[in-house]
Amino acid sequence: MTAQPIRNTFSENKPVSLPSRLRSRNLLSVTDLTPEEVLLILDTAEAMKEVGTRTIKKVPTLRGKTVVNLFYEPSTRTRTSFEIAEKRLSADTLSISSANSSVVKGETLGDTARNLEAMAPDTIVVRHGASGACHLLADICSARIVNAGDGMHEHPTQALLDVLTIREHKQKMQGLKVAIIGDLLHSRVLRSNLLLLKMLGANVVVCGPTTMMPPGIDKFGVEATASIDCAVEDADVVMLLRIQLERMRGHFFPSLREYFNLFGMSEKRLKRAKSDVIIMHPGPLNRGVEVASEVADGPYSVILEQVSNGVAVRMAVLYLLAGVDEETGE
Amino acid sequence: MAREFDAKTQSILLKGGRILDPSQGVDGTSDVRIKSGVIEQVEQDLPVQDSSVIDVPSDFVVCPGFIDMHVHLREPGQEYKETVETGVAAAVAGGFVGVACMPNTIPVNDHPGVTEVILRKAKEAGLAHVYPVGAVTVGSAGNEMTEIGQLHGAGCVAISDDGHPVADALLMRRALEYSSMFDIPVINHCEDPSLKGDGSAHEGHYASMLGLSGIPSAAEEIMVERDVTLSGLTSGRVHVAHMSAAGSLRAVRSGKERMVPVTCEVTPHHFILTDESLSYDTNYKMNPPLRDVNDRDAMIEGLVDGSIDVIATDHAPHHADDKAVEFSEAPFGIIGLETAVPLVLDRLFDRGLVSLRRIVELLATNPAKILNLPGGDLAPGSPADITILAPDAMTHIDASAFRSRARNTPFNGWDLKGAVAAVIIGGRTVYRNDNVPNASVF
Amino acid sequence: MESTLIDRALMRISHEIIERNRSVEKLALVGIRTRGVPIAQRIAKNLQSIVNQNVVCGSLDITLYRDDLMRQTVGPQPILRKTEIPFSIDDQKILLVDDVLYTGRTIRAALDALVDFGRPRSIQLVVLVDRGHRELPIKADYVGKNLPTSIHQSIQVHFAEVDGKDEVLIHETPNGEVL
Repeated sequence: MTAQPIRNTFSENKPVSLPSRLRSRNLLSVTDLTPEEVLLILDTAEAMKEVGTRTIKKVPTLRGKTVVNLFYEPSTRTRTSFEIAEKRLSADTLSISSANSSVVKGETLGDTARNLEAMAPDTIVVRHGASGACHLLADICSARIVNAGDGMHEHPTQALLDVLTIREHKQKMQGLKVAIIGDLLHSRVLRSNLLLLKMLGANVVVCGPTTMMPPGIDKFGVEATASIDCAVEDADVVMLLRIQLERMRGHFFPSLREYFNLFGMSEKRLKRAKSDVIIMHPGPLNRGVEVASEVADGPYSVILEQVSNGVAVRMAVLYLLAGVDEETGE
Repeated sequence: MAREFDAKTQSILLKGGRILDPSQGVDGTSDVRIKSGVIEQVEQDLPVQDSSVIDVPSDFVVCPGFIDMHVHLREPGQEYKETVETGVAAAVAGGFVGVACMPNTIPVNDHPGVTEVILRKAKEAGLAHVYPVGAVTVGSAGNEMTEIGQLHGAGCVAISDDGHPVADALLMRRALEYSSMFDIPVINHCEDPSLKGDGSAHEGHYASMLGLSGIPSAAEEIMVERDVTLSGLTSGRVHVAHMSAAGSLRAVRSGKERMVPVTCEVTPHHFILTDESLSYDTNYKMNPPLRDVNDRDAMIEGLVDGSIDVIATDHAPHHADDKAVEFSEAPFGIIGLETAVPLVLDRLFDRGLVSLRRIVELLATNPAKILNLPGGDLAPGSPADITILAPDAMTHIDASAFRSRARNTPFNGWDLKGAVAAVIIGGRTVYRNDNVPNASVF
Repeated sequence: MESTLIDRALMRISHEIIERNRSVEKLALVGIRTRGVPIAQRIAKNLQSIVNQNVVCGSLDITLYRDDLMRQTVGPQPILRKTEIPFSIDDQKILLVDDVLYTGRTIRAALDALVDFGRPRSIQLVVLVDRGHRELPIKADYVGKNLPTSIHQSIQVHFAEVDGKDEVLIHETPNGEVL
């Protein structure tokens, strides 16, 4: 079966030949994907969205496949999203969260991986507090590994669902001004989005307190500023990052009030952006810190769409990563 | 072919090699007569008399035995990583006749009893000399000074809390003043703990890309500046351990210009690798971390212009299980005894950056001087501790063949120009490199 | 088969549909992607012109229901397209439409998919070409043309809406591969 040309919705309707599978066995970083593969995931996600509109929200595609959700960091939102995606594809899902597992007894990540490997799951979705943890898992396990967030490093499916949401509203990505605002230093959502948006040709501006600027940010090829007004000026997309309240202890900023005054997205600030700007946030929100309630609930916010797109994107990723490997036959 | 003899009485004549001894201003083809484990004479065309003759190949270089003044032997307490026995075997295989071992054992070497254990194990092993470094503070906790006099009496050649800085400035001042009574240096692991935080890699672009918390160069530079100042104030000798940052070198240079008794060392990985090599491979995780290109180049400059005194490895063995974890959780450190000399010969000498004479100063003359050790030269009366180099022979780094218990090195598989041919301690050949043709004469 | 023959076959099928079902009440067309869709649309248009009534038309992507997806080396993952059935199929008489009927597995997958959408009163199968070699007990209710083929041949149907022109092509596979 050959790949069918599909209209490339990212640049002037030029037909682009899409691959029909992903080259990489795992999805650890957005850099594992080519721009064409990103497009494939997004188009597949669009098709997967339809499954969620049916009465019986299920397709038998991953029937009999075992997917393990290995979550070392507490996360209701991402874990639920993956679980729903897996169940809609009829996979057998198993969620291990650190609170109720051998992790508490001190088992190393490597040993947990080897034990899982012995039970031969098809796919492992892993979230962990240490950057590079999913890479360690990928070295040990033959299952497909999906990175659901490793430390401060990356969160690829978040970036993919963000880009899907942007595409639905803006149709094109080239030259779009995307402002990413917040705790840049500690954010894996930032890193994945930054890499993905640049791959697709967007202009990215990052903004946050100077204490939270990643060192060497200039080498990332983006504009960096501590002025939220500059960042938001004429922006097509404003992406707000979550502030973790513990950061106040690291002397990153003195108080939530000060943070909101300088970097919070208020209605007034939003007026500087383009009139059809969209407001995004990976969740969970800190109302009154990153964003004013009126903005979070207002007409420009697409935050809830991100959530539903999340299920579709994760279905697409699980579907495209699964399937039989031509070379190994497994 | 083993050369069996009684070192106590036998006489050996090393004939015809290039002898390189900066301390005596010797550099040229000459003969060395060893008698009863001691250098008797270094001169051209010595008569054979009753000596056994070793014809040294003309492309070999005969140097005073190399001394690695920064090594972790892990015994007592962490023998699963390394022992004194395996450590000294690794040392001689790396071309070293002596090592100074750091006190961060379990228990810490803050008591003469621990010093004695280390020295006894070294004697039993009968290979490289071991010069223990005692702790500055009890348990290296940074609070109470150890009985430095006792430690010195038991055989400690310096004091350090390595692994930790001496963070309290007053305590560092007192340590410098007190240690000067014994003419031993304080070796400081210069790092401001609050700036280091929970960092695991050099603060910069590459750590940012990988999502790793950074350790800024400033963490080291700040404390080097402090210690240079305190050394100037007290006239106590301070030695900057494993220096990595350009700013640290600037501070040391400035101190030396003002005649402050400061010395410093650099490891091979800090003048060869940069943070560009960073990945989640924990063989690239050490403290201080691999810094950026400017820092690495500054270290090379310091080696060339003489402001850096010593090359030391900071040999830090870790068990594979301990290193096979998430990057942020892995212990810091890589081994270095069995890779140092080929790396130095390839990256400094073969590239034309540094002369062999300077290399001998960095690896033998200066360590012996700083720690007041016998040796570091081939003067008559000095112990017959000799490192013989084969600068033209190729070395292929094969970690699986290391004498060390540990394998945590980023240099596995590297091909380097330059090798250790043989090591003689007390007149006895303790190591002969089978991969170097003609090393069999020793 | 040439384009006029295709149109004539589809017109004949459209008349048969009306004859057998007596009226277009509760009739709904569902084309199987990709090329079942233009067939379904043309039949809908034909029915409109014959009885002057609208018959709803939807499209079904059966990729996620295929029985060979995760099994043997099927090669690259088939590209997923959208299923669009903008009407309830409950209690409807569904006309499932595809271009070529061969092993019957595609139809089996389509039946599984339809059942997830609701409970139709009945399902009838319309195909443009029946080339034989069934592997499952599936039979078409309406057939444009029977084209007995060997398993070393492949049949491709092209439509103007999708491929630029109407035609039916039969290929011999090189090396006698079985498709």
